[in-house]
Amino acid sequence: MSFDAVTAVLAIPATAALLLALLPGYKLTAYLNVGATLLSFLAALSLFFFERPVPGPYILVDDLNNVFIVLTTFVGFTTSVFSASYIEHELEIGRLTPTFLRFYHAMYQMLMFALNLALVTNNIGVMWVAIELATLTTVSMVGIYRTHEALEAAWKYFILGSVGIALALFGTILVYMAAQPAIGEGINSMVWTTLMAHASVFDPSLLNLAFVFLLLGYGTKVGLAPLHAWLPDAHAEGPTPISAVLSGLLLNVALYALLRFKMLLAANPDALAPGPLMISMGLVSIVFAAFMLYRRGDIKRLFAYSSIEHMGIITFAFGMGGPLANFAGLLHMCMHSLTKSAIFFAVGDIAQVKGTQKIADMGGLTVTNPVLGWGLVAGVVAIAGLPPLGIFMSEFLVVSSTFARQPLLALPLVLGLLVAIGALFLKLNAVAFGEPRGPTHKAKGSYLPMFSHLGLVLTAGIYLPGPLVAWFQAVAKLLG
Amino acid sequence: MHSLTFDIAHLLAGSLVLVSFMLLYQDRLYALLNVYALHAFVLALSVAWQAYAQDAPHLYITAAIALMFKAILIPVVLHRMIVKLGIHREVETVVGIGPTMLLGIGLVALSMVVMLRVTAEADPLVREDLAFALSVVLLGLLMMVTRQNVVSQVVGFMSLENGLVLAATGAKGMPLVVEISVAFSILIAFIVIGIFLFRIRERFDSVDVAALDSYRGERE
Repeated sequence: MSFDAVTAVLAIPATAALLLALLPGYKLTAYLNVGATLLSFLAALSLFFFERPVPGPYILVDDLNNVFIVLTTFVGFTTSVFSASYIEHELEIGRLTPTFLRFYHAMYQMLMFALNLALVTNNIGVMWVAIELATLTTVSMVGIYRTHEALEAAWKYFILGSVGIALALFGTILVYMAAQPAIGEGINSMVWTTLMAHASVFDPSLLNLAFVFLLLGYGTKVGLAPLHAWLPDAHAEGPTPISAVLSGLLLNVALYALLRFKMLLAANPDALAPGPLMISMGLVSIVFAAFMLYRRGDIKRLFAYSSIEHMGIITFAFGMGGPLANFAGLLHMCMHSLTKSAIFFAVGDIAQVKGTQKIADMGGLTVTNPVLGWGLVAGVVAIAGLPPLGIFMSEFLVVSSTFARQPLLALPLVLGLLVAIGALFLKLNAVAFGEPRGPTHKAKGSYLPMFSHLGLVLTAGIYLPGPLVAWFQAVAKLLG
Repeated sequence: MHSLTFDIAHLLAGSLVLVSFMLLYQDRLYALLNVYALHAFVLALSVAWQAYAQDAPHLYITAAIALMFKAILIPVVLHRMIVKLGIHREVETVVGIGPTMLLGIGLVALSMVVMLRVTAEADPLVREDLAFALSVVLLGLLMMVTRQNVVSQVVGFMSLENGLVLAATGAKGMPLVVEISVAFSILIAFIVIGIFLFRIRERFDSVDVAALDSYRGERE
């Protein structure tokens, strides 16, 4: 009997969610949360060593989603480690009550379940359901502090997210309509593998219309400008571990859905090229977010806008297409997930030390809390795209491949990147250096998750192992 | 193929668009909920007719869900909720009924033009259904944009979901997975909304979202 990794990746979070909803006590549930995410990560890793399941009507594991599954479960695991120490402090200062904590842990596992389901499924209907579930769980977590601001953020996120999800469903129905004459009625017309096999004979105009709806729908979840309005609020007002998984995972999964549909359109010779649409939305996001960075007074909002910028870069890269740009996009996505969640781990600790998220009330962190302060500096250096860290390499690849093919498009791209670097260092200077401001006691949170992420990003910047490169190249080729 | 089947399906889907227009100009919450109940009822009829026309018995389940859950249960619960919140007498100022209706007409025209052109080769029953469904979706969006009250926004969203169900049932032989999931997600969404309404009420004296907009997080 062989080990079924896919079932494990789904069943572990689902079971854990149930258990965590029932079990009382902080220590036990925090350990259980960490344990469950660790097991999911190990199960995801085992996908490398065991034979992949045969694609059925519901389950599909290929090179593309394997990247996403491993990344998702890994960041899910490290975030749960961070969350354990972070939440303990929130309980102490009374921002969370034990009942809400139980709810929080159960929702965390539900989110992991939903994300994994969206990734491993072979069915566009099931994928839609999973992303909807992920939205609902994150909405309830964003609003968990029940303050004025948290409620506003959650409401905004809920309304915009639901509208996006509704448009995506309409797009999904249209894809089915396009597939149905060629494949026939029933479940097969919603399965990726059969859709891909028959894509060339689908009605191109229906596919085009479907892609517009899907781009608007899932694009809202990716946080592309001008559909990003929910993102900064949701990041700023929820618990910080949730900001980390929102930026690091949920945006990626929505992008994954878009990529799948992009592949579907690319397989049809008469359908419109999805690239230009993605390129323009990506560029708008990059430039818009880069300028918005200057006006941020709230540290979590600052990095939320930075996420919009980076999702823009990734969407841009995938929109460009071709082996090199796709490779860069994939690499950038992994690097961004790791770096951004590391930054949010640091920011969570900083906000707990200072008792505020306002940049104006922080200062001199490298003096008062050296480990935390320099951790943040390293994170910002990484996210700004300076060498020798991983994001430098992926951004360099994106920019150079763009210069080689479409020099005019590279100009706004480079402009956005430079403007963003300026803004990030301006804000970093205020927080990390200068006169110490605000409380200076030691942070309670664990530094391990942050430094393990940054270590990975540094390693990737210096040396990418051969098998990994080969694997990413294979995926890039798959993406077309 | 202008048979009776087609005419009735056309009539029902068209009525759904009409009721969507009626939703646009209701300024009292009770009346709004009643019209929404009518909306869900027409949807149930339409889905049931599709079930009959396509000979797809599983669609009767979707119709039953629409009838029991959306046409009866949700309006009743929302009625009780707005009484509890003490906002049942509130009259909402719907900005510019005239322009809103005109905009709605424009949206319907847009969806007809887009859908009918795109689906030129499809079965006429499916085409019309899809065009009407897109109109209902767009009108729901319009309603969400023009309303300030949380309850009316939610009603707008639910009418939008009705449009999606119409589209899903119109697409021949679409697997049941999706229909049930649509109904189910509405249920979940509704619970979330319910929680939110009470939480909002707990903190503020109004369920007007304008009260929520005071905070931007950037002001010093």
